[in-house]
Amino acid sequence: MLELSNIKKIFNAGTIDETVLFDGFGFKIEKGEFVSVIGSNGSGKTTLLNLACGTIKPDGGDIIFKGSNITKLPEYKRARSIGRVLQDPRLGTCGNLTILENMALADNKNKSFNLTAGVNKKRADYYKTLLETCGMGLENRMNVPVGNLSGGQRQAIALIIASMTDIDLLVLDEHTAALDPKSSEIIMQLTDKVVKEKNLTTLMVTHNLRFAIEYGNRLVMMHEGKCIMDIKGEEKQNANVDDLLKVFNEISIESGN
Amino acid sequence: MDIFLNILIGIVEEGLMYALLALGMYITYSLLDFPDLSVDGTFPLGAVLTGVLIMHGVNPWLCLIISFAVGMIAGTITGILNVKLNIIPLLCGIIMYTAMLSVNLVIIRKGTDGMAIASFFNEETIFNSGIASVIPQSVGGFYLRTAIISLIIVVICKILMDLYLKTKSGLLLRATGDNERYTSMLGCNPGTVKILGLALGNGFAAVAGSVIAQNKGSADQQMGVGMVVLGLASVIIGLSVFKNVKFMKGTTMVILGSLLYKASYQIVLELGLPTEFNNLLKAVIFLIALILGGTQITSLIKSFTSKNGKEKANA
Ligand SMILES: Nc1ncnc2c1ncn2[C@@H]1O[C@H](COP(=O)(O)OP(=O)(O)OP(=O)(O)O)[C@@H](O)[C@H]1O
Ligand SMILES: [Mg+2]
Repeated sequence: MLELSNIKKIFNAGTIDETVLFDGFGFKIEKGEFVSVIGSNGSGKTTLLNLACGTIKPDGGDIIFKGSNITKLPEYKRARSIGRVLQDPRLGTCGNLTILENMALADNKNKSFNLTAGVNKKRADYYKTLLETCGMGLENRMNVPVGNLSGGQRQAIALIIASMTDIDLLVLDEHTAALDPKSSEIIMQLTDKVVKEKNLTTLMVTHNLRFAIEYGNRLVMMHEGKCIMDIKGEEKQNANVDDLLKVFNEISIESGN
Repeated sequence: MDIFLNILIGIVEEGLMYALLALGMYITYSLLDFPDLSVDGTFPLGAVLTGVLIMHGVNPWLCLIISFAVGMIAGTITGILNVKLNIIPLLCGIIMYTAMLSVNLVIIRKGTDGMAIASFFNEETIFNSGIASVIPQSVGGFYLRTAIISLIIVVICKILMDLYLKTKSGLLLRATGDNERYTSMLGCNPGTVKILGLALGNGFAAVAGSVIAQNKGSADQQMGVGMVVLGLASVIIGLSVFKNVKFMKGTTMVILGSLLYKASYQIVLELGLPTEFNNLLKAVIFLIALILGGTQITSLIKSFTSKNGKEKANA
């Protein structure tokens, strides 16, 4: 489905700040997989997602998506088959527009944004049924600007929007990190539901080890630009938070912090 | 009393004409967060183009449409400078403005056989021909025709803009100004949307120039001086004064803002300020508008200094 091979990524090349994050990095995700990615701060998780989505370009290596080389394809073109929810709830929706307008825009993804009416009232009921699944009462607030909603509510809408049209890959970057424990639980359950219903291939970064273990069918741990753990199937089912914490501690000692 | 009413009518006339500019800058500055200095060049572009075309017998209403189209082309270039060449908004505007100084001069020279001003006092304009001849020139001694024609044009432009902002393209434009990454995630190129917005903004600036020139009966490069300040001040005054009025559209706010701007400017002049202080006065009103706008000062500074006119959010 998606394969990054021999990736090289250097930040601030040629300056004293030069950081070689990835050198010969490889990562592959198969169709139908739900991969949770964990790892310490600065280990390269967001950069991995950014490379996959085209937010940034690698300094070397190839990115293959559904059999074609997309290394040079701009982010907005890749977005046509990738849905993404970011850590910051403000970025997955448009605060100035109402819920209805946000959903109408998302509904029109991959179609022409022409001079016909932006909101098709006939679709409103469909949007409402989608919103009902989050159980937040958002379906009754269709004409409220999204900027007036809480972070958890915005993130729920962002998730619905990201998965509304047919996509091949769902990319989630700590999408529950900005939320309180209850909201993040709700959003995580909603994520799981959406992924299962639509049978989406998913790449999820999280700092919540319990989520990483409970959800998904593969678990990857990153450290200093490398995948240092990659488990799935039974091995993943048997993993627990304590094991993961132990690995975390070991690598921290090794790298001396 | 009559003097006051005539001053008032003057304010309404000019305020409405300049409201067209404010509508354009509402798109670029308020919706796209792009302080666009190129209107100092595209406003007179519409004016001189109209002057020359009218001198050659072109229908004055058609001149509005031609001005809009040519203004859009200029705005497209501003947009390309920013989006494709990554030049900050401030510099895009300065480059465009400087280039337009020559372009506008060439248009006048070519169109008038070498003059520096296109004058067409005796030609037909939107204010003295066509539907204008149906409207009585004055009522009870007050000269109302210009105000009525201006009002008609502004209302038509406002309605068209309101309708546009509700289309798919319009929604996407509003989304892009607010959150570019959202546009990307919808599979659309935010750069293209920005270019479209800048084209629209400058189209309206050129129409404003066309209307003002037709009212004056002449057009020259000088007309562009201070248009950025005037337009931005109108937008900021309108949006900050009326921000708490429920259900009032942004377009209505900036039109009223333009009227308020003209009113405050005119009142100070009537109090006896010598004309050499005109531009100082404009600058002071702009400053007061910025202070009124409060938080918008910071966003203006930010948009001047950041590459895309908007703070890029972290990935
Ligand atoms: N735009 C950038 N410019 C310079 N360095 C960068 C940039 N983006 C990332 N880096 C560096 O690359 C490394 C990996 O960053 P990345 O954001 O991928 O980490 P992460 O695993 O997502 O961390 P976190 O858990 O804190 O989100 C860090 O050392 C970071 O400083
Ligand atoms: Mg990160």
